[in-house]
Amino acid sequence: MRKIKFLFAGLLLGIIFTKSEVVSWYRIYEMFKFKSFHMFGIIGSAIITGIIIIQVIKKRRIKSINGTSILFTPKQITWKRYLFGGTIFGLGWAMTGACPGPIFTLVGNGYLSFLVVVFSALIGTFLYGYFIKKLPH
Amino acid sequence: MIELIKEPWPWYIAGPLIALMMFLLLFFGKNFGLSSNLRTMCSIGGAGRFSEFFRFDWKSQIWNLILLSGVVLGGFIASEYMSSAAPMDLNSDIIIELQSLGIKNPGEQLLPEELFATDAIFSLRGMILLVGGGVLIGFGTRWAGGCTSGHAISGLSNLQLPSLIAVIGFFIGGITMTYFFLPIILSL
Repeated sequence: MRKIKFLFAGLLLGIIFTKSEVVSWYRIYEMFKFKSFHMFGIIGSAIITGIIIIQVIKKRRIKSINGTSILFTPKQITWKRYLFGGTIFGLGWAMTGACPGPIFTLVGNGYLSFLVVVFSALIGTFLYGYFIKKLPH
Repeated sequence: MIELIKEPWPWYIAGPLIALMMFLLLFFGKNFGLSSNLRTMCSIGGAGRFSEFFRFDWKSQIWNLILLSGVVLGGFIASEYMSSAAPMDLNSDIIIELQSLGIKNPGEQLLPEELFATDAIFSLRGMILLVGGGVLIGFGTRWAGGCTSGHAISGLSNLQLPSLIAVIGFFIGGITMTYFFLPIILSL
């Protein structure tokens, strides 16, 4: 039952994604055409708020709910996987107009066609795992 | 107040709220990243028989699956009880451009009917967008080790250079698709 808090957190995220139109194919199309500030405003203000939050957590040594310290694991220092993987994801993001959270939110919104996207994303993830040793990282 | 919630939320409300959700998850001792759920689902489905990548303690990720079910439910609640009938406030150039690409009423709903209505699944361009887009999302996010939530929000908030490289990649891919390939796919 202690995990129910994650259901509520997800619920809020799903509502935010829908009400801010992050789930909208049109908003992603506008973003990649640089014709609207909306998506840049959302991602930009999230990052600025996030930077402040993480600085405060580090400076004040804020502890998590379990009393343990909040740790940040630095990402591997390399570039190939980020650039190549990122580009592949970007292609898919522009096609469906949705990233991995919103593909699920859209199912909740009643767009059953996105069940096909979810299933295909599982296949894509599986293919990555299958070919992992052949890919540059 | 209720009416205000039903309106589309402006960027300066949504952005900080997403960052607060990231904080909430850190406070719960977890990390904000939604695409890793796809790996967890593959593991549960038995993908570990084919690749070591899927042999991990997926039970440690149950919290994230619960979060994800909330993400679905949140979409349902927002569309069922919090939506307004007003069309989206899209850029006027974009509206004209999309109409010339065959989308009749841009912004009338959240997604273009022509591409994402249920019967679009059985059209050629619908299949390309849904299946092709989905596969690229799944493959790309795992290769890059994260998506918009993991890299753009969590990673950049922690000033991680690898996340910046990933986000540059997101835009290289997104711009290439939007400028060069989408017009072709939409004309099919």
